[in-house]
Amino acid sequence: MTHIEKPRVHHPALEQNELGLTRRDYEGRMSTLCAGCGHDSVTAAIIETFWKLSVPPHRVAKLSGIGCSAKTPTYFVKEAHGFNAVHGRMPSLVTGGNAANRDLVYIGISGDGDSLSIGLGQLCHAIRRNVDMLYVLENNGVYGLTKGQFSASADVGSVAKTGEVNRQRPIDPVLLALSLGASFVARGFSGDKAQLVPILEAGLRHRGLALVDVISPCVTFNDHEGSTKSYRYTREHEVEAVEADFVPLRRELTAEYEAGDVREVAMHDGSVVRFRKVPAHYDPTDRDAAYAYVRGRQEAGEVPTGLLHLDPTGQDMHRALGTVETPLVDLPFEALCPGRDKLAEILAAFR
Amino acid sequence: MSGVNDLALKIATVNGTGSASANGLLMQSIFRMGIPVTGKNVFPSNIQGLPTWYEIRVSGEGWTARSPEYDLVVAMNPATYARDIAEVQPGGWVLHDSSWPLARELRREDVTFLGVPLARMGSEHFHGSRTLILMKNVGYVGALAALLEVDRDVVRSLLEERFGEKKRALLDANFKAFDLGFEFAREHFEPPLPIRLSPMDATRDSVLIDGNTAAAIGCLYAGATVASWYPITPSTSLVQAFEAYANRYRKDPETGKLRVAVIQAEDELAAAGMAIGAGWMGARSFTSTSGAGISLMSEFIGLAYYTEIPVVFFDIQRVGPSTGMPTRTQQGDILMVAYASHGDTKHIALFPADPKECFELAVAAFDLAERFQTPVFVVSDLDIGMNDWVVPRFEWDDGYRPDRGKVLTAGELEAGAVFHRYEDVDGDGIPWRTLPGVHPRGAFFTRGSGHDRYARYTEDAGPYTDVVDRLTRKHATAAAHVPAPVVARRPGASLGLVTIGGCDAACREAVHHLAERGVPLDYMRIRAFPFGDEVGAFLLEHPTNFIVEQNRDAQLHHLLLVETAVTRDRLASVRRYGGLPLSAVHVVDDVLGLLRESGGNGHGAAVAGAGSAAGTASGARGPNGGGGGGRAGGPGGEARRGRGAGPSRSAGRGDGGGS
Ligand SMILES: Cc1ncc(C[n+]2csc(CCOP(=O)(O)OP(=O)(O)O)c2C)c(N)n1
Ligand code: SF4
Ligand SMILES: [Mg+2]
Repeated sequence: MTHIEKPRVHHPALEQNELGLTRRDYEGRMSTLCAGCGHDSVTAAIIETFWKLSVPPHRVAKLSGIGCSAKTPTYFVKEAHGFNAVHGRMPSLVTGGNAANRDLVYIGISGDGDSLSIGLGQLCHAIRRNVDMLYVLENNGVYGLTKGQFSASADVGSVAKTGEVNRQRPIDPVLLALSLGASFVARGFSGDKAQLVPILEAGLRHRGLALVDVISPCVTFNDHEGSTKSYRYTREHEVEAVEADFVPLRRELTAEYEAGDVREVAMHDGSVVRFRKVPAHYDPTDRDAAYAYVRGRQEAGEVPTGLLHLDPTGQDMHRALGTVETPLVDLPFEALCPGRDKLAEILAAFR
Repeated sequence: MSGVNDLALKIATVNGTGSASANGLLMQSIFRMGIPVTGKNVFPSNIQGLPTWYEIRVSGEGWTARSPEYDLVVAMNPATYARDIAEVQPGGWVLHDSSWPLARELRREDVTFLGVPLARMGSEHFHGSRTLILMKNVGYVGALAALLEVDRDVVRSLLEERFGEKKRALLDANFKAFDLGFEFAREHFEPPLPIRLSPMDATRDSVLIDGNTAAAIGCLYAGATVASWYPITPSTSLVQAFEAYANRYRKDPETGKLRVAVIQAEDELAAAGMAIGAGWMGARSFTSTSGAGISLMSEFIGLAYYTEIPVVFFDIQRVGPSTGMPTRTQQGDILMVAYASHGDTKHIALFPADPKECFELAVAAFDLAERFQTPVFVVSDLDIGMNDWVVPRFEWDDGYRPDRGKVLTAGELEAGAVFHRYEDVDGDGIPWRTLPGVHPRGAFFTRGSGHDRYARYTEDAGPYTDVVDRLTRKHATAAAHVPAPVVARRPGASLGLVTIGGCDAACREAVHHLAERGVPLDYMRIRAFPFGDEVGAFLLEHPTNFIVEQNRDAQLHHLLLVETAVTRDRLASVRRYGGLPLSAVHVVDDVLGLLRESGGNGHGAAVAGAGSAAGTASGARGPNGGGGGGRAGGPGGEARRGRGAGPSRSAGRGDGGGS
């Protein structure tokens, strides 16, 4: 079983969003992941995000590949259309889905095995196309579902539960995405929901691909002493490099922060990402600076987190394809078929 | 016997020198003269520098298969002189560039050499090496035009259409080169040759088109909106043509934006994923590839099958296994597409025989995919896809509306329609589906993992088999809805000949010739899998059915054994798989060979009936006669080239015949 039915009880006192929906309305089925699995915390942050942004549940398309992480779309937004596909290939399904219907809200959930090994090519090319989606990479350094083999994100020197030491250099999704020119790159930690939710909110509202790498410990196979993806290691080495708040379009801007301490970046729909505690000289819209900063912090043995890079001018895939604003699935047949007379015209070239 | 409007040419040139356009000009001129004509481009997997051939067959009777019996060879590539000259029929002609003398050992006594100093004439009149080469090509077209009586005005108007007033200089140069060849031939060779052309009125309602372009037009007309692909010969031109038409006919007049998304994917896996993602969303989507791509797509094909997502795959077959011979044709993917992907999977596959059917079956594929919520393969091949064929003009009925199949609308869901994604409500194995984003009640979870009729995850035997058994029923239902086989019966026929796809032209011609030789055969061309009832019935009607196909392993033959009630003793196999399009002579040879051999194989009665009609020596078919006697007994019924068939009820040839 990957899920257990959850009774749906509405309490009148439960807080409602703009659609009159409560957080419960954004939940899914009961998780069957291991108790304490980081992925469940990410699910909770996703539920919070969709609720806060008042996204109509049935307008959400949630997709995943295969893995423990890939099971999680079942656990949020039950009224969304879900697609649990094949290992490492979620990005291409989102690409095709989005090409056909650009009006839905796309979220793809993946794991470090799913995205950095078997599906590395699809991740890279989805970034390159800037498919409009929120891409959540639940990163635990191992293949959870196949019982704990190292993944490509395992750090050099990280020790497996079996005692095996990883000697290969990791593929860091944040650096990879930055080098590929991703328009939205963030890293979060499943143990820090307060930081993660605004990142996910901004990611959902971003037009283009928003890559959010979430360190999400696997309590069963990679949370021991010697692991560099454990709760403890992450807590001890995480530095919130860039704190970000997401201010949706309709919400009032409140001046909570000292001027000079804050940097605001407007998104395509008028929403604002407000960066706080930005280190001196750090410009989150400057890709090269972000890359250098993240590398520097990693060299110092830290795990930098936060919304690390944002290019709000990014043009998504449809811009490059030149497609009409109307979702292709909504076009009437009459707008698609040239008809009999035009066939004569076409065939005249073959005489 | 070759003669007026009945001839075969082979033109040997070097790849990348512009000969393709000259050859196309010749072919199109004949077509415009109203004469049925076929062109086969036999090209290397190379951009420039390797040998390439173009074959033109003219058949006033309208036979469109390739003919390897060349009456005239245009030898323009010294690197292949020897084999090209060796291939001319005795009594035929060799047109060559006489700017340099032809080596003595290349001379043949039984053919006529027609030397035209193309290079020399070119350098006298043109400058620049590129122009020279191009002009050499148009020059041999000019010489051929004189020799065969190609209408000069037709050539002129074609060149004008091609270059127009804007490229006046090019037009003039082309026509000058044409005239140089034309005049030289007229002065030196006393044209026309006995093989020549005579205007007809047989192509007025036809077009000269390749199958990939035709399929692209089909996709355009069917309303496909998402196409994903990864370049691979011989499928590339399909999506490229689709994109070109979409840029023209799918542009929003106000915004200039496109009502289509054509995505060049990073590989075939992604291309398949994109097409499936779009199909899931409710778009008509397709991807186009060749066998190597289908291999890569296999995991995704199983996903689409099991999650029941409509999507169309074009497989333009080429020679396998592996990279094989990328620019040669074969039918090696029949079994693969029938059962592509791991686990129990079965698909719908359509097999067009020519470009017109590529157009029609492309449209049908989208309807079937949506009606049956499953991947549908359109299985073409390099010969159909990339060669220009003369086919009747395509028809289009403006009353056509896409069959979207069983899709619940927002209104129906709002009104309380009960929706369980994988439930067989109507007893035909086809469940109802909903499209994402349409209505909260339509939401469900699509998964490639085990699921029950309610689309819930399951690892339980009962609910799992419930779904996969329904999938079997759904596939069986499809058999009655896919295109029926094309059957042509002949009076007096007791045996059958069965084929598929692009073998049609050669088989129809062979059946005609065999009837003339006293071997009447009923003919069936299969157009789809799963097989409708007619397919099995036809096979059971005939004690022997010759199954003609282009692959080594008799894939159609095996599929028929597995998927119909026919028994092995009723099937005899004829195969050619060397990479060239099938010719009637191959089929005639092999069928007659099998008939001769059949005396000793325990099925004498069945085949003997036809054998005696064939008029071959009766000694061949005595109960103990054996094959040797057969061969000794009678060349009387044999095809034009003596080529012994296999020793049993199976004739396989890797040589493709003729070259
Ligand atoms: C084609 C294919 N190969 C292998 C597998 C087996 N498999 C399932 S999940 C998985 C790894 C998942 O690792 P990750 O993406 O990191 O997810 P996690 O379980 O750690 O969340 C593998 C190798 C598969 N399902 N499909
Ligand atoms: S194995 Fe690891 S990743 Fe999988 S559910 Fe358990 S804790 Fe989570
Ligand atoms: Mg993992």
